[in-house]
Formats: sequence, structure tokens, C-alpha cells
Amino acid sequence: MALIGCALVIAPLAVGAGLGNAWVRVLDFAALYIMLALGLNIVVGFAGLLDLGYIAFYAVGAYLYALLASPHFGLHWPAWAILPLGAAVAGLFGVLLGAPTLRLRGDYLAIVTLGFGEIIRIFLNNLNAPINITNGPKGIAGIDAIAVFGHRLSKPIDIGGFTVSGATLYYYLFVALALAIVFVCVRLQDSRIGRAWVAIREDEVAAKACGIDTRNVKLLAFAMGASFGGVAGGLFAGFQEFVSPESFGLMESIMVLCMVVLGGMGHIPGVILGGLMLTVLPEAFRHGAGPVQQALFGKVLLDPEALRMLLFGLALIAVMLYRPAGLWPESRHRREMAE
Amino acid sequence: MLAVTNLEVRYGGIVAVKGVSFAVEPGEMACLIGANGAGKTTTLKALARLLPARGEIRYRGARIDTLPGHALVSRGLALVPEGRGVFSRLTVAENLAMGAYHRPRHEGGEVGADLDRIHELLPRLKERRHQLAGTLSGGEQQMLALGRALMGRPRLLLLDEPSMGLAPLMVQKVFEVIRTIAAQGVTILLVEQNARLALEVCQRGYVMESGRITLADTASALAADARVRAAYLGS
Repeated sequence: MALIGCALVIAPLAVGAGLGNAWVRVLDFAALYIMLALGLNIVVGFAGLLDLGYIAFYAVGAYLYALLASPHFGLHWPAWAILPLGAAVAGLFGVLLGAPTLRLRGDYLAIVTLGFGEIIRIFLNNLNAPINITNGPKGIAGIDAIAVFGHRLSKPIDIGGFTVSGATLYYYLFVALALAIVFVCVRLQDSRIGRAWVAIREDEVAAKACGIDTRNVKLLAFAMGASFGGVAGGLFAGFQEFVSPESFGLMESIMVLCMVVLGGMGHIPGVILGGLMLTVLPEAFRHGAGPVQQALFGKVLLDPEALRMLLFGLALIAVMLYRPAGLWPESRHRREMAE
Repeated sequence: MLAVTNLEVRYGGIVAVKGVSFAVEPGEMACLIGANGAGKTTTLKALARLLPARGEIRYRGARIDTLPGHALVSRGLALVPEGRGVFSRLTVAENLAMGAYHRPRHEGGEVGADLDRIHELLPRLKERRHQLAGTLSGGEQQMLALGRALMGRPRLLLLDEPSMGLAPLMVQKVFEVIRTIAAQGVTILLVEQNARLALEVCQRGYVMESGRITLADTASALAADARVRAAYLGS
């Protein structure tokens, strides 16, 4: 525990010193994606409801922050007020998505959620007329950076001659919130609600026959998952200081789903690993593929961007073939020990 | 215990159960027999409030046709669904624990005692408590489904085709267990295609044909009835 804690504290400083600030930003994004993956894990992993539009809740959180803390409407609410509101509003959207889909499962649910995700994105893209709410495809710029105790995290801080970069400050905030989400997830998993989710995932009729109010429990899964997405979205908006509908496409939903599936559906450490890997490894390829090809062949044969997706696809296929339950699935052993 | 009046269930435009009325007295075993597609399972699901239905359902004197399905278990009405419906990726012990899901926390001690009684009744479940339910044999899964329902302390058990897909020897064992449960004072409504066996263990029987109850009598009278013998007992 203490070791992990130390590693988490030192990571951005070491990465920043060794690889540069761009890589600390990658770690920031990893923390954001881990929050998203943990949120989606509640819906997909715990309750077994396939959601292909999860990024919509990220979008809701991000735009809420953008609208309430930018020159766009001239509002400048503090982050500590917007983030909980973002969680609540995203949770509400989760219920809105959940309510009409209560009787759907599997493929059918996936199609409806996919549609929901696209509807949100298209709304964001087009709500610049007749009244300009979202500023359309141009997105919202000049968003206020997140401030903690009056200090904007985008500005570096000097501690006794040692400069801590903005990206590192964001890292600490994101990791703290991600840890809070991990804590909530762990507690939920071991709770009555967690057991009800698993029962629904395994057999809905039997769950009902055990006296589980499947409707409310499913809606709760949607709402909880969505609220984590909403928080991550708000953090994203404050971190980037810019949002546009482009960031919330179907590909992003699929990416988050891949993190959950690749890591190990329903297993919190696995999902964290999935989120970390799928954020860091593609970046490593992006930066590494060019120089490696230069060294091997004397020139860049394949565009690193294309190569990245190719390798990503191959990696996914390999994992699904050889580790169908994910890289770090829940072990039966642990469950038996808990008896 | 249970009184059903004019129960009607529709799937879209198709009327699967066409206004059936029947009753189950406290402490007795009643069965609903009939061919495939007669509407037996649909009737049972409607009684457990898993399907929307019209008509009146009274359980222990009070109407339950306005209650949601999940609220019935805590009132003592439990369904063992068709095809067992165990949570296959949970262990046997976890499955049994889910059966007590609706019971308040302060009943913890009693739940433990109930678990002991169920282990006594179904010793296989104790032996296999750490095993995943999906890896059990069909008969063991049926036992688990029964055990899980018993964890909810039911007064009325609705059993949907407990013999389905089981080897004859296993069917005998399952029915022995059902008899034992009934002897402990639990009222049972059984839906079965195996009419011979059902009429043998039950006191009262109803014959269902294309959504209607066509015959109602004591089980022994039905077993002697020429029409029942020709249609369902193959003699």
C-alpha cells in the first residue's frame, strides 16, 4: 500500500524529469480514463448492461463545466461547485438513458446506448442555433482552469526553488479523485447493491425471484456509472481549457469499453490496468514508432498513426484469443478465501 | 392460500392465458398439468408478477395483482423459475445467500440457521458450496434453485417444471425433496409436464389446455379420469 502510494507521488516527478512534461500530461489523461473505465465498469462489468454510448456522460460533465466556467456565458463558477453538479446532472442523464431501456439486454441495449451517445454529440454539434448554447462545432474555448485553494493548477508552483509543473499539479488532483472513485467502487462491489448488480448480470428473472427490485437497481447502475463519467468530463474541460464535440465520438466510447474488457470486466484492479495501458501504450507507439523505423530501415515506412491503430487492433485480438476474461480477471481463489 | 380469478395474460395480440380461475389451499400441494404451450408457465409467471396480467390474484386473502414482482418474496411467495435459473458464475454458497437477499439484516442469525437446515435437507449443496453453480449437474442445479427459494422462508412455493431435463433417477430425488418441503408446511403449486408424477405427489390438480383450465379435481380423481389417462398418462 505504502509502496503504491510512494510510486503514485513520485511518478509524475520522475516522468517529468526523464521524459518531459508531455508525458506527465499522458499520465493525467490516464487518470481521467481510469475514472471513465471505472464508471463504465459499474454498468458493464457489475450489472452486465452493455453500454456503447458511455462517453455521452463524459460530454455532459465537460460541457457543463465549460458553460459554467468560461467567457461563453460570462459565468465563472468554481470547480468545487461544478464537479458535484456535473456528477448529479450526468447521473440524471444516466437515468434518462436507463429508463426507456430497462427491458432491453445485450445487442439491443448496445444499439440504443450507441444511439444515445451519438444524439448527445450531435446535439452539442448543432446547439449553436437558434440560440447559441454550445457554440457548435467550434467548441468552447477559454475555459477556466481548475483552481484549488485559489491557485490555478495550470500555473506551475515553486516550492523552495523546485518547480512543480501545472501538469503535475493536475496529476495529483486527478489521482486523488480517481482513488476516491476506486474506494467508492470497492465499497459498492461488496455492498447489497453490488450483489444485486451481479445477480442481475447473471440472471434477471432469478434476481427478481430473489426479491431484487431490478428496475431501480439497474437505474442506479446507470446513474452511478454516469456520475463518474460526469466528474471525469468536468475535470477534462478544466484541464484542457477547451471542449468541442469532436472529443466525444463513438471511438471514445469504444476505447473506454476496451479498457474495461481488456483489463478484466468487473474486476477493479484489472479495469485500472486496462485504463492505464490503453492510454500510455498508444502514446508510446506514437512517439516511438517513427524513431525505431528510422533506426531499422533508415526511413519511416509506415505512418506511426496508422501503425498505432494496427498494433492496437492486433493486441486486442491477441488478448481476446488468449485471455478472454481480460488481462487481470477476478480470481475464483480470492472469492473462496472470502468464505 | 392462493385464489386466482379470471387471470388473463397476453403476449402482444396473442392471448396465452384466457381467464383461468383456480385456488390452492394452505398446506396442500397442487399441480397444473398440461401439454407444451398450454399456458402453464405463463400462468405461474403471472402469479409471481413477472408478467403483466389481468384478473384478480389473492394471496393469503390480500390482492397481490397490483404489487411489483420483487415485493412478493418478502411476503412469502417464491418462484423457482423454469430451467432452474441459478446464478451460474456465482458459487453455490453465494447463490444461497442471494435467496436471503430481501431479509432484513437483524435476521442474520436466523438466516444462518436456515442455511444449516437447507444443508441438512440438501447435503450436496454443502459439499459443493465453493463450486460455481454453472458447473453443477442439472439435478444439483435444481436442488440449488429449491434451496435458494427456501432461504427466503416461503409460505407458498411456485415450482416451474422441476423435472425438466433431468434423468429419471434425479427426478425421483428432486420430488422427494419437494415432498419433504411440503411436509414442513410449505404450500406448493407445481407446474409439470410429467403428469403422472405430479398427480402422484399432489393432492389437487388442474388440467390446462390452450390457455384454459379444462379439468379441476383432486389429484387421485384426475389420475383415474379416462380423458386424463388418454391424453397425459398414455394409457
